[in-house]
Parts: sequence; structure tokens; C-alpha cells
Amino acid sequence: MSTATTAWREHAESVLLPVLALLGALLLFGAWVAFGGVSPVDTWVLLFRGAFGDSFSIQNSLQRAAPLMLTALAVALPARAGLIVIGGEGALVLGALGCAALPYGLPGLSGMWGCALVLAAGAACGAAWLGLAGALRQWRGVNETISSLLLGYIAIAVFKHLVEGPLRDPGSLNKPSTLALNESLRIASLPGLDVHWGLVWGVAASLAAAVWLSFTTSGFAVRVVGGNARAARLVGLPTNRLILLACALGGACAGLAGAIEVAAVHTAANASVIAGLGYTGILVAFVARHNPWMVPPVALLFGGFGAAGSLLQRRLGLPDASVLVLQGFAFMLILGSEALRGRLLPAARAPAARATPHVQEVTA
Amino acid sequence: MTGSAWLDLFLAIVGGAIRVGTPFLFVSLGECLTEKSGRINLGLEGVLVFSAMAGFGAAYLSGSPWLGVLAAAGSGALLGLLHGLVCSLPRVSDIATGIALMLLGTGLAFYLGKPLIQPQAPQIPSIPLGAWSASQQVQSALSINALFPLGVLMALGLAWGLKHTRWGLVLRMVGDSSDAARALGTSVTAVRVAATAAGGCIAGLGGASLSLYYPGSWNEGLSSGQGLIAVALVIFARWSPIRCLGAALLFGGAGAIGPALQSVGVSGGYYLFNAMPYALTLAILVATCSPRQSLRGAPMELGVSR
Repeated sequence: MSTATTAWREHAESVLLPVLALLGALLLFGAWVAFGGVSPVDTWVLLFRGAFGDSFSIQNSLQRAAPLMLTALAVALPARAGLIVIGGEGALVLGALGCAALPYGLPGLSGMWGCALVLAAGAACGAAWLGLAGALRQWRGVNETISSLLLGYIAIAVFKHLVEGPLRDPGSLNKPSTLALNESLRIASLPGLDVHWGLVWGVAASLAAAVWLSFTTSGFAVRVVGGNARAARLVGLPTNRLILLACALGGACAGLAGAIEVAAVHTAANASVIAGLGYTGILVAFVARHNPWMVPPVALLFGGFGAAGSLLQRRLGLPDASVLVLQGFAFMLILGSEALRGRLLPAARAPAARATPHVQEVTA
Repeated sequence: MTGSAWLDLFLAIVGGAIRVGTPFLFVSLGECLTEKSGRINLGLEGVLVFSAMAGFGAAYLSGSPWLGVLAAAGSGALLGLLHGLVCSLPRVSDIATGIALMLLGTGLAFYLGKPLIQPQAPQIPSIPLGAWSASQQVQSALSINALFPLGVLMALGLAWGLKHTRWGLVLRMVGDSSDAARALGTSVTAVRVAATAAGGCIAGLGGASLSLYYPGSWNEGLSSGQGLIAVALVIFARWSPIRCLGAALLFGGAGAIGPALQSVGVSGGYYLFNAMPYALTLAILVATCSPRQSLRGAPMELGVSR
């Protein structure tokens, strides 16, 4: 019975801890705006109304959640293989570029297959970018967190160089853009809704990732590598290949997010694509504890906060960075809440803590 | 290009190396100190942006650039302290917390800095090292930020202090073997929290030199990843404060190539030249890291040098 109870408690905690941390972040945010003389209660009410208050705001939240799911997967998948890769923003930007650039090389693209091809081009660019971070880590020992962030900056520079230079549509005067995608290559809205098909892609990718990790051999192998890379090597798992696979799949998701932003929202690659979606995705992945099953609901929550941001700005005169502050509080508290794991529900801790003596980490 | 154009380009790069390199210098010294204690602060980017805002705001309100510098250092220390304390909790990864600090620091800075985008604040005075020359270019290239000599002194002081003082020894011990430190009765947590806060304080000076000297105003695109590059810079400098100085100047020079070329009329590839420091960082990491052994000079407790 004790193992069953322990398992139950672990599950309860893995839901309770993030929920408590998010509530704490909302409280802290209330205190923060109260310092500026804004009523915290009004703020909370507006946050909720702006995110989920009526059908318009729900659709807005869903629309914003779609790319967040994909950029969160770009963090979550490598994380399950043991790597903290946070270059989703770069992969997204290159994905957008790849999607917008493909018709330059293949001008005849059109229709459903054409659309699939431009999306695939975006995903391939993203996969190559984060795959590179994974490869550098495995073969050159370069820390993947730093390299992926640097690659992100480089990707943005390449994007701006090409969009304002060789790929620029001469007609785009104020805002340099690439040529707009042909009408038939664009992604439409879901029937009867103001939300585009990207949402379906996001949910489908999350579910596919979840099924892959939970129910397939290679997904299990990736989790073994993430749990203990040395043990994985000792039992003969192809560690390098698995890590590369996880990174490339994550990058493909972020690249797809960029391609969808172009094909469904902006119709061409321009600076609007660089909106920090990759960074919010990091937060979503950490709140979801890198569990793809949890990615869609968490992405919806943060998409909702993003949607509520403009309402806070208009009604209460708060700066547009309010959402960033709220995200920052949430991120800090989510990480800090890990310290409470095993202590939140008192009876769960004793046996596990006793069974393992204090062992120092042996040389890596 | 003619000979004089080449000279102008060279001078612009040298001047830029010092101007652009000063924030790099402070941030990398801060990171170096923190990492010597065995902990990494990936969130210095957030510290840099926040302290740049705080320094600018304080200078604007008080009318004194030096009060601004103090405010920047103080707010940097506070954010560093936050990072140090959160990382001291059990099961909290310092890399993840650094990412959170990056987000939080920039968020708070953008929030509080909204009213500071328009006004002008008093600037840190510059030291005219080029006054001996009659040439306008030489004078402007060698007119340097008054904080830069402070940074040079700090690099020398840190290098000496780490090697020759009791504090330096304790710090290095905690960074190399927390077991040894514990056996000697040193509180590993206290030393690391103190080192992280001190590192944040030094990085805050870098923030001040961004908003109060170059480019000399507060806006949301002020920092472009200097805080992050600092992490890689410290690896490049092999955790030596003196080499941090050289690395910061090198990176400042790389960052100055784009604007320098533009000033002599070469404008193609502007964004690509601006990305030089990142590409250079990556190239250095690829060249120096090895999957088989940890880097020479790296504190043993540091997770990032695996």
C-alpha cells in the first residue's frame, strides 16, 4: 500500500506545487501593482476577463497559445534527454525565414502540398539550428544552454540581414518584409472560429511528443539518457543519436511555430515574428515540468496572460511589460517551489529520504 | 580605401573596443567572481538591464551620475542576492534560475523604466586620454568612460585578492570542493550567496556604463546579450580576472567593427557585423571546449564546464 500512496502523493504534489506557485505569482503581482497605486483586485479580475472572460478573449488566448505550445516543446523535448536548450526563439525565427524563403526558390508552389512544403521548410530550419546546439554539446562539449542562446542571437541577425537585404520585398517601405506568401499557401482559420489551424498543429505536436516519450521504445530511451547519461551509455544506448534526435525534434517544433506565424498571421517574414514567443515557451516548458501532456493547458494559461496584457494596459494604464513581470515572478516561484517537493504532504517524505544516504556526486 | 580611411577605421575600432568593452568587462568580472564560488549566474543579462535602468533613473532623479552608479551597483547586488538565495534552496538548478532571473530582471526593468525612455540623465564624465594629439579622431577614440579605469583596477584587485587573501582562498575552496569547505567548517551556502551578490554588484556597474555612458540613454533594446556573452567570455578567459580584461576588449572591438565600418561608409551586412561577438563567442567555445575533460582553470564544482 505504501508505494501506491507514495505514487499518489507524488502525483498530487506535481499538480499542487505549480498551482501554488502560480497563485503565489498572482499574489506577488497584485502586491507589485498595488505599490504603483493600482488596485490588485481590479488587476486580477481584468487578467481573468482578458484571458477567459468572453468568447473573443478565449479565442485570443487560444490563438496566442498555439505557438507557445510548439516553442515549449522545443525546451521540453531536449530537457527530457537531459539538455537545457533555450534557443527556441532562434529556431522560431529561422523557421519563419525558411517558410517565407522557400517560394523564392520554388515560385510555382501552391495549394495544400505547397503549404505543407513551406511548413516543412520552417521545421527543417528549426531542427537544424537546435540540432546544431545538441551536436556541439555531444561532440565538442560546448554547454548547450549558452550555445543555443548565442545561436538565437545569430539567427536573429541572419533573419534581419536577409529580410532587409536580399529577400526584401521592394514594396515594403516602412516595415521591411519578404514577399507575402501566395494566397493558397496560407493557413486558414478553423471553421466558425477566429483561431487559425496552428492551434491544431500545437495540440497535435504536444500529444505526439507525449505519446512518443511515454509509449515508444525510442522515447523511453531518450528518458533514460536524460535520467542518467552514463547508465544509458553503459547499457549500450546510442546516447549521441538520441540526444541529437530530441534536440532536432524540439527545434522542428519551434521552426514550425515560426512557419505557422508567417503562414497564418503575418503572411510574410518581418520583424513582428521576433516577439519573444521562444522565451515565453521556456517558461511554459518549466511550468509543465517538461511533460508534453501538460504543455497545452499551461500554454493556454500563459497565452491568456498575454491576451490580458493589452487589457491591463488600456484599462489600468499599466506598462506593457506587466505580463513580463508576472511571468518573471511565476518562473522564480515555480523553480523555488521545487524545494518544497516531498514536504508539502508530510507523510510522503520519510521513507524515501531515509533510504538514500547522503552521497556526493561522483566525478561526472 | 585609402590609408587614412584605414587609420580612421582602426581608431574607431580601438575607441569602440574600450567603449563597448567596458560593460563586457564589468559583467564578466562579476560572472567570474560568482563562478569562482562554484555557481553560475546565467541571469546577468537581467541584472545588467535592470541595473542600467535603476542607474539611469537614479541619475535622472538626483542629477548626479555617481548616485546613479551607486544605485546600479546596489540593484545589481540585490538581484544577485535573489539568485544566490533561490539557488541555495534544495533541488533548485542554478541554470534554470538564471533563465528566470533574465526574464524577471528585464521584465521589472521594462516595467519601471517606461517613464525613463524620453528624458536625458546626467552622464558619467569621460577622461580625455587623447588630449595630446591634434587629430580629432584620436581624441574621440581615446576619450574613455571614467568607469573603465575602475574596471581595470577591479580586475587587478580581484586577481590579487583571489590569489593572496584569505577571502580569496575560501572562495576558491568553496568553488573547487564544497566537501573540503564543509569539513573545514565553512558555510558553503553563505560564501556562494555572498559571491553571487558581489558578482551582481559588479555587473551592476556594467549596467551603469551602458545607460550612463554608452549609448547613454535608457531604452528597451539597450542591452543586446552582453550579460549572456559574459558567461562565455569567462570560459574564454579561463576564470582569470586579468584575462577577462583582455577578452572584454577583444569583444568590444568585435562589436565595434560594424559601427566602425559604417562610419567610414561601408554599410552592407550591418546586422551580420553586429552579430560578430556572438559568432566569435561560439567559435571560441567550440575551439576551447572538449567533451572528454573539463576546462583547465574551471572551478570543479561548476556544472557548466562539463
